[in-house]
Amino acid sequence: MKILKFLIIMLLLMGFSQLKSGEKNDEVKNKILKNIRCLICQGQSVYDSESDFASSIKLIVDSKINEKLSEEQIYEYLREKYGDWIIYHPKFDKNTYILWLLPILLFLFGGAIIYKKKIKNKNEKSL
Amino acid sequence: MKNKLTPIILFIFLTFCFVVFYKGLNNSNTYTPNTNHEKNIPTFKAEDFNSNVYLDSKNIFGEDIYYIVNIWASWCIPCRKEHPLLMELSKNQSIKLIGLNYRDNLKNAKMFIDELGNPYAQTLIDKNGTLSVGFGAYGVPETFIINKNKKIVKKFIGPISKKTLEEIKTITK
Repeated sequence: MKILKFLIIMLLLMGFSQLKSGEKNDEVKNKILKNIRCLICQGQSVYDSESDFASSIKLIVDSKINEKLSEEQIYEYLREKYGDWIIYHPKFDKNTYILWLLPILLFLFGGAIIYKKKIKNKNEKSL
Repeated sequence: MKNKLTPIILFIFLTFCFVVFYKGLNNSNTYTPNTNHEKNIPTFKAEDFNSNVYLDSKNIFGEDIYYIVNIWASWCIPCRKEHPLLMELSKNQSIKLIGLNYRDNLKNAKMFIDELGNPYAQTLIDKNGTLSVGFGAYGVPETFIINKNKKIVKKFIGPISKKTLEEIKTITK
């Protein structure tokens, strides 16, 4: 009887863990699909689109997740087929470095101006 | 000194913005994919349209010749338009035309071929569109040129025209 109880608990735990891993896969899948541009739609991600192209991409992403490919490997596969444009979040390379660095440079430049002004005001007040 | 520098910086900034936006005006606002980029052909297993046997891509593209892969469907109106040109292309003995039947009803696809003729040396079934994604396709019709090194050297999005037919002939010479 004890062995039977133990087996039932083990089976339930195994089923639960499988359910959990399924949920995790769905989360990863949705995250990836939201970051893929539907190339034949107007401003829609593959996640939001019901087009033939989007449903094929959804199937591809599903099969790649089942093949245990990482998120980055799936993006790389799609980049190879369709170019960088298919991914909403561009990677940092020689073509996109301005896009990534310009906001930081502008922020630093603006910060430096504000800081300089503050120092100047402080000096004027102290005089 | 500071008062002199501010308008200069402002002028440079505004000129930069003007140049960027002015250049942007000439760009198309629709996405135009790169159709000349060399890519490897995908490896896959696909069901044959006539025999329903699963074939390996290595065997499909096994010969040392140019291959033309055409993605088509019976429900696609532009495919009907390009079909006579594909029939003309199929007469070329130096190339092999492979059809990829995209998300189609098999019965309708067979009726389409019976009605308009079969230009394809081999037709494969792409029931859910995943084979076409392997080629980097967006939809139907699309045509790919595969060279002797098994690289996709050119893709034509949309129906082929007389001009594209000439281009295919020139590339595959």
